Amino acid sequence: MPDPKNILMNQASVKTLSLKDLSFQRNEKFLFSNISLTLESGDILQILGQNGSGKTTLLRLISTALRPYSGEIIWQGKNVNDIRESYLEDVLFLGHQPGLKRLLSAEENLVWWRRLNKTNLSKNVNAFEEVGLYNHKDEPCNYLSVGQLKRAALARLYVSEAKLWILDEPFTSIDKEFSIKLKSLIVSHLKRGGIVVLATHQDLKIENMKYFSISDLSGATSE
Amino acid sequence: MNNIGFLAILRRDLLLAVRYRGDLANPLIFFFIVIALIPLGLTPDSKELSEIAPGMLWITALLASLLSLDGLFKDDFADGTLEQIIILPQPLYFMVLAKTIVHWVVTGLPLSLLAPVLGLMLSLPETGYLPLMLSLLIGTAILSLIGSVGAALTLPLNKEGILLSLIVIPFYMPVLIFGSNMVVLAVDGLSIASPLAIMGALLALSLLISPYVTSCALRLSIYG
Amino acid sequence: MASPRWFYQISGRWLPWLSLLTFVSIIIGVIWGLGFAPQDAKQGNSFRIIYIHVPASFLALVGYYIMAISGAIAIIWKIKLADVVMKSAAPIGASLTFIALLTGAVWGKPTWGTYWIWDARITSMLILFFLYLGVIVLQKAYSAQGLSNKAAALLALVGTINIPIIYKSVDWWYTLHQPATIKFTEAPSMHPDMFQPLLIMIIGFYLFYVTALIVSMRAEIIFRERNTSWVKELALNLKDKRPI
Repeated sequence: MPDPKNILMNQASVKTLSLKDLSFQRNEKFLFSNISLTLESGDILQILGQNGSGKTTLLRLISTALRPYSGEIIWQGKNVNDIRESYLEDVLFLGHQPGLKRLLSAEENLVWWRRLNKTNLSKNVNAFEEVGLYNHKDEPCNYLSVGQLKRAALARLYVSEAKLWILDEPFTSIDKEFSIKLKSLIVSHLKRGGIVVLATHQDLKIENMKYFSISDLSGATSE
Repeated sequence: MNNIGFLAILRRDLLLAVRYRGDLANPLIFFFIVIALIPLGLTPDSKELSEIAPGMLWITALLASLLSLDGLFKDDFADGTLEQIIILPQPLYFMVLAKTIVHWVVTGLPLSLLAPVLGLMLSLPETGYLPLMLSLLIGTAILSLIGSVGAALTLPLNKEGILLSLIVIPFYMPVLIFGSNMVVLAVDGLSIASPLAIMGALLALSLLISPYVTSCALRLSIYG
Repeated sequence: MASPRWFYQISGRWLPWLSLLTFVSIIIGVIWGLGFAPQDAKQGNSFRIIYIHVPASFLALVGYYIMAISGAIAIIWKIKLADVVMKSAAPIGASLTFIALLTGAVWGKPTWGTYWIWDARITSMLILFFLYLGVIVLQKAYSAQGLSNKAAALLALVGTINIPIIYKSVDWWYTLHQPATIKFTEAPSMHPDMFQPLLIMIIGFYLFYVTALIVSMRAEIIFRERNTSWVKELALNLKDKRPI
């Protein structure tokens, strides 16, 4: 069982996320079973695995979109099912799909998302300037290219107050220049005491990066 | 408070409906066209038409509402916003309720308002106009609520169009019975109190249960 | 305990006995009901179809609740066996509903002079049939995409809330529209000589239901567990025993 124990502390208010014996079943087969690991403020975990190995599923489990077959997810010592809402206030999840309404502009989408996630609307960071979409922020997302859509989705990272970032393939369809920017954004989030869990095939070369490979466990069958 | 998310979804979906007006008119056009079929298929005789008008108006409105259900969660599912909604730090119940209310506002409400005009075309006696509108206002709200469960259950399937109808129509039957009966009673000059009371009870029950079941159905159907 | 494998093994032992009991009680019920029970004063011999119609309608409804409850158990407690029950119960229940409708129609011809009539009970039975079809169709659609049938279980569960509402509203509808000429009387207070074979038939149908459910479940279990070692072993043993 890969259980990274090298704990790193650099903040006063340390947040902890632990997965305890997490298993998930689909079609009578275990996609993975008994995953246990702990992450603390400043930790970044890269999930590795082949296509279809269950990376996205694991991320969805951590974001509570999916319920595990068995095992639990612990945030600050409490099962996330018991503190669902306060946990989710600390979570930012970006999936495969950008999660943007095509008929609304990038800015309308972001405002909508901020309102729903109860982030502080007065906090005025120009996210679209950061992601290089300032001139396009009022256009309907229909007119944006795939890469621009991804950037519009990633704009949430600049306004979010969430401690735990769960990112599914954040580096796909963005150019090299923005990749570097995104990487430094992730690093600064870690320095602020955040936690990042991400699935990507890129080698990010971030210090103290933890790895978890799902393929190690594949082939586990039921009962 | 819960109403932040509720209002945000309500506002967004209404805005989307206004931005994409084409979809807004479809159920109305469908309602209109099918009603025009009835005299062609049956009889132009206004006396005979007036007898079947309450039932026909109700069945057609029901189908119009049903056919527009398909898109209730589909767009949000395809572009990933549904996933974002599911993991909001707020109860899913209110998010689903907001979406269902918008569905009613853009289909049931205009259908109910248009109904008297179509009633006129089917020679529905004038005493039936208001009860027709009233029964459709309440009835289509129940249809949207029940229908949202079906829309959620068939969400990840490719051929959901007809499937959705198959699984939802049996649940629509009580609404049809009481709704059309209310109009018949009114036309006959009788009191509509009892079907109205039952429709009210059905609305209260489905308001309570449907969004909850739909939330469960969304989780189950999307992620298995 | 309660694993599919365990169920497969234990049900294999019950099955011969259950089948025998089913067979015996249905044979006794049929011979008694069709051959020896007295004629109905008004309907003559045509009433004898109740020996099939009544038990089938009875189990059609019970079967829906069995399906829905096992579906609920499968969703809430994630018990695999309950999921198998849910999946197997749907087509059996639908078939029984169909039998009830069919025998009702056959009965209707001599009684009302027509095969179909929009009577409250027949209409309710028809809606029940639609509810079953919905569950089956949803099941098939999900399994065609390799997804679990939890959605169908939830649909069945929603159906249980709605069945009383549907039945009540159909009753209400029927009393409003009841045609004066044809009035179907409630089954008249039955003579014990007529009732005893009916009771045996009801028991026989219950046994049949359980037997059919078990047979269907065993097939489903074998299919689901086809990649496990115990099923492969079973298949090999079967092959060895079969004379070539």
